[in-house]
Formats: sequence, structure tokens, C-alpha cells
Amino acid sequence: MAQMKFMCDAERCIECNGCVTACKNANDVEWGIQRRRVVTLDDGEPGEISISVACMHCDDAPCMAVCPTDCFYKTDDGIVLHDKDLCIGCGYCLYACPFGAPQFPKQNAFGERGKMDKCTFCAGGPAESKEEEYEKYGANRIADGKLPLCAEMCSTKALLAGDAQTVADIFRQRVVQRGHADGGWSGNPRADADNLAYDATRQG
Amino acid sequence: MDMPTAWPLWRMLALALALLLGLAFAQPVLAQADPDREAATAVGGVSPDTWRLVRSGEVGPNFRDSRADSTYNLINASGQSWRQLRNRWVSPFGLIAVGGIIVVISLFYVIVGRMDLSQPRTGRKLLRWSLFVRSIHWTVATLFIVLALSGLNLLYGKFVFRPLFGDAVWGAMISASKVAHNYLGPLFGILLVVLLARLLKHNWPKRHDLSWFRLGGGMIGKGHPDAGFANGGEKMWFWILATAGLAVVASGFVLDFPNYGQSRDTMQWANIIHAVGALGLTAVALGHAYIGSIGSEGSLEGMTTGYVDETWAKDHHNLWYEEVKDQVIPEEQLAAGRPATQGGDEAASRPG
Repeated sequence: MAQMKFMCDAERCIECNGCVTACKNANDVEWGIQRRRVVTLDDGEPGEISISVACMHCDDAPCMAVCPTDCFYKTDDGIVLHDKDLCIGCGYCLYACPFGAPQFPKQNAFGERGKMDKCTFCAGGPAESKEEEYEKYGANRIADGKLPLCAEMCSTKALLAGDAQTVADIFRQRVVQRGHADGGWSGNPRADADNLAYDATRQG
Repeated sequence: MDMPTAWPLWRMLALALALLLGLAFAQPVLAQADPDREAATAVGGVSPDTWRLVRSGEVGPNFRDSRADSTYNLINASGQSWRQLRNRWVSPFGLIAVGGIIVVISLFYVIVGRMDLSQPRTGRKLLRWSLFVRSIHWTVATLFIVLALSGLNLLYGKFVFRPLFGDAVWGAMISASKVAHNYLGPLFGILLVVLLARLLKHNWPKRHDLSWFRLGGGMIGKGHPDAGFANGGEKMWFWILATAGLAVVASGFVLDFPNYGQSRDTMQWANIIHAVGALGLTAVALGHAYIGSIGSEGSLEGMTTGYVDETWAKDHHNLWYEEVKDQVIPEEQLAAGRPATQGGDEAASRPG
């Protein structure tokens, strides 16, 4: 069985927000909710980087651990899904999630938040019919043998989705070809503004 | 003779073209295989300070999030702490506290039993709790029970009722718990404040309360220690409600009204305070309910009928009794429908 994972290659992400748009379109996401977000660090400064973030389908998912209704479950592919019929909108998953993935359609008095919504890895969710599934959770591309649309449509192939092993292999290949030891992620402590092209493989 | 000279020229041109084409195709492969070249154009990346800022949970001035209303950092740094506190500490120790109190009370009742009146009842009654206080008390008590049960269900229900009843029943149950908790909570908070304000004058600590505690409320040694309108134990319960109780109410309001836009971190802390306080209150409330009902003879009737027996007053609140003993009325008068005209919680001349 596959272990589905997202990975965003920060060296490649150009903050085009195409993933956000693709996701909203594929899943017909409710107004006000944006299952994916693009975060930019040091925006406007030399060496700014952007990362596309959504539910990362954690192995040890905090949302699952704290949910009072136990509405989360993990598919055989390692995708974290939730049952909107059981969700009571308490917001605990939001408190616990490391990535700010759970969102709520409302934010009203007396804790009226509505049913939680988050990225499903384009794998839908529990429902009686395909129509109901689409209505509640959006597309089930995984059932059709397709990967999440955000990654499929990423123009620079920064956002990778698929089996963890495959994603890791692709990324490792990139790191090797980039030629510096921490090519995967920026943030080389020895790189400074005067030496932006510091090559870590040269050890010094 | 022209041809031999023309041949090499044509062949040279063809060769040059082939070389050019070959180079053009080979170019990307060469570039990829040259790490130095790639490194020369690579971007240095975000500074360690920025990563430190990400870990701290704070958002720097050059942080951008494409979610319009987002106040989130890249990583929810405190989420894991909240999860660990809730699941590893609050949840198990709350169960130990509430379950432990139930066990202790049961054992106490089985071994020691009810605390009986020291003398037979005299049949003369004293007004102790006015109708107003009794109504508020029982409303607050009922709300407390509903909130405690729904709150316990939110914390522990999924381990018991979901496997027991299945998703359909469990879904309705947990949804009802959340709605009841969120809508009745504020009502409980308001009424608790009213009750505390009304009873404050009886609950200022006095010197004789110290000896009340030293004698374990009468359980150590013979006879009853001194007590005014409220004894040391009642004052303790009052001040627990006035501190932990109000903290639970306040943190509950923070959790219940996300429309004011309080941050995720604020709600994490509010949740921990709310859960710790509420579980503690539930444990103490069980003790209060025991002492006020089957734990001691003659106490419950004070809060149901409003009147207590003269013997009970002498036993448990001797200083109060000395003050109000001229206000006793025979129970026949009560039976005839003529209530006391003075006394009760309103009239205590000397507080405490």
C-alpha cells in the first residue's frame, strides 16, 4: 500500500497560487475556505522562499488524536479523512494541527462553526453516493487513479504528491543535481547576503 | 574540377550544422551535470532568524499568507504542546480525580456512614435559605450537572459510547452535548455570578474557620467546631467557585465566542484552563453533593424546604444558632401554611 504525501520544494515554488486555485476548482470548495495556502518567508528580501501548505496527512495526526467525536480516519493509502456527519465543529483539530489545515465555514457566537473542511488529498470522504461525496468533500480523484489536482497543475513542479517513496526519490534526485548539501531546503546558516550562492559541498 | 573543391565545403557546413545541433541538444544535460554552475545561480535562502521566528509562533513583518484572513504562522508551534497537555495530562488525571472522588465517597459512606444529628430533632424550625437562593441554587446545580456530563462526554465519550452504540447514536449524542454545553454554559456563568454575589456576605473568612479545618469539620475529636451561618467547608466551596469556577466561566466564554477573533493560541490556553478547572470542580462538587444529601442528616431539607431543624442548626452552625434562636417557629405553623417572617440567608445580622 502506498503512503500518500505532499512535498513542496521551496526552491521551486514561485508563489503563483495555482495550487490554491486548482484545489478550489477541483473540489468546488465553499466560499471563504481555501484548503491550500501559500506562505512566503522574508517576502521582498533577497532569498525569499514560498511554500504551499495544506493538510499534510500526518502519520501521527494530531487532529485525529484530539477530536472529541473521533470523526477522523486514515485510509489504506495513509490519507487522513473525516466524517462531516460526525463533526460537531468544536475547533479542537484547528488548535492541534501543525499546518493550520482545518477550516470552518462560520465563526459565530456559541461556538457555531459549522462542519470542518480540509484538504482530502482529492480522495473525497465517507458518503452514500458520489454526488453526496462531491457535495460534502469535493472530488475523489484518487478513486479515478489520479493524484491531487494542486500538484498535477503545479507549473514548476514544486508541489509533489504521491507515494512517499516516489516523492522522496524525485526530491533526492533534485538535491543531488542542485549540488549543495542542503539543496532541499534553503536556510544554510553559513550563507549570507554577500554570498547568496554559497556552495555547501565545498566545506568552507 | 570545381566539384572536388565544392565537396569539402558542403561537407564542412554539414558537419558544423550537426555539431551545432548536437551541442544545442547536449546543453541542458551538460548544465544539469554541472553542480558548480547550478550552485552559482542558486538562491541562498531564508535566514536562520526567519526559521527561528517560524518556530516561535510569531509572524514577522515579511511573512505572507495567501489566505486572506489568516493570522497563522507557517507552523502552529504550540499545537503539539496543547495536544500533549490535553491528551497526556488533563485527560488521564481528570479521570483519576473524578473517579477517585467517587471511590473515596463510596468508601466513606460504607465505612463511616451518614453523620447523624447529635440530639433528637426538636420539631422547631429555622429559616435558612430564601426561595430566591434556593431557586438559583437548584438552577445552577442542574446546569452544572448537564455541563459536567456533556463536558465529560466531550473528553471521554469517544472511548465509551462510540464503540458501544455505533456512529448514528454517537453522532446525535456528541452533537447534543456540544450544543447543550455551548448554549447552557453562558447561562450557568451568569447565574453562578448572581449566586456568588448573593452569598458573599456569609463567606468572609473568620478566625474560627481555622479551627473548623483543624478539627476536620467535626470529624476529628468530639463535638462540632464553631461555625457561623456558613462553616469552614462551605466557605471553602464558595471560594473555590469564586476563583476556579469563575476561571472556568471566563475561559468558557473565550472558547464559546470565536466570533470575536481571538487567536488559536489564546483558545488553546483557554481550553486547558477550562478543562483542568472544570474537572477539579466536578470532583469537589461530588463531595458537596454527598455532604449536602446522604452524607449528613438534616442538611438537604434546608435547600429544599428552606427550613432546618433547631438541632441541626445547633450542631453545624452554633454561632448562627445563637444569633437567630429566637426566630424558631414550630413545624405545625409551617404545616399550617404560615412561613417564618424573619431569618434566612438575607437577615444574618453578623456576617460569617
